[in-house]
Amino acid sequence: MERIPILKIGDVLLASIQIDLQDRDVLALQEDLAEKICSSGARGVILDISAVDIVDSFIGRMFATIAATSRLFDAETVVVGMRPAVAITLVELGLTLGEVRTALDLEKGLAILAALGDRTDR
Amino acid sequence: MTPPAAREEIPITADEDVVRVRQAVRSYAQKAKLSLVDQTKLVTATSELARNTLTYGGGGTAVVEFLTEGRRSGVRASFQDDGPGIPDVDLALTDGWTSGRGMGLGLSGARRLVDEFTLDTGAGQGTTVTVVKWSR
Ligand SMILES: Nc1ncnc2c1ncn2[C@@H]1O[C@H](COP(=O)(O)OP(=O)(O)O)[C@@H](O)[C@H]1O
Ligand SMILES: [Mg+2]
Repeated sequence: MERIPILKIGDVLLASIQIDLQDRDVLALQEDLAEKICSSGARGVILDISAVDIVDSFIGRMFATIAATSRLFDAETVVVGMRPAVAITLVELGLTLGEVRTALDLEKGLAILAALGDRTDR
Repeated sequence: MTPPAAREEIPITADEDVVRVRQAVRSYAQKAKLSLVDQTKLVTATSELARNTLTYGGGGTAVVEFLTEGRRSGVRASFQDDGPGIPDVDLALTDGWTSGRGMGLGLSGARRLVDEFTLDTGAGQGTTVTVVKWSR
């Protein structure tokens, strides 16, 4: 099992998934992120999945769980970099990511979080 | 070039075997010249089915095969277990229905993602799910 590194950039946590995820990696990432959000007071989480070549229902549900958990700590989650083939497949699989925000790339994801932060701070 | 391997058997007894199945199916799908989107659909479907074999079937075996038929080529993947079987197939194939804590999209979603889908099961009979995807 490999731990997915979580970087802190300002008040945003960035987890970039670079491995073929086993189910236990998925669960570990959920836990690690929850702890890190809580201990760091981060206001945003970015999940970079640009290197991920498949998302099945187990992995997809992780995004929703992370988004729901981070919201409990007043942090927003954005999933960035989803490949087109993955997006098409997710729709046909029937998985709607519902509450999960997505952005084309890291830069746009950070912009979304910055805009959300401005809105709540003022 | 080496000819594609025709058949590969992968035991499914642990978490990491699901990843192993995905990787094998991916390489067969590339050999069969499936488009990137079709590769992704097939790999995703087999990831769901391999996890079901592990979670509900108590483990089993995946068989991945390279197919040719006239000018087209394809991949067949089957997942066999001697677990409890599925008593109500229609219910199990309903979007969102799970007997466990899943999302209930594995079987129904996998069926949508492939060209051919067969489910051979029954209470106390184990379960075999076979899927095929062809190049276009
Ligand atoms: N190999 C299997 N053996 C026994 N039951 C199975 C098997 N595969 C699927 N099932 C049953 O079908 C249901 C639906 O499966 P699926 O669509 O993959 O959803 P999920 O895995 O989220 O429960 C499962 O909850 C389980 O009851
Ligand atoms: Mg399933």
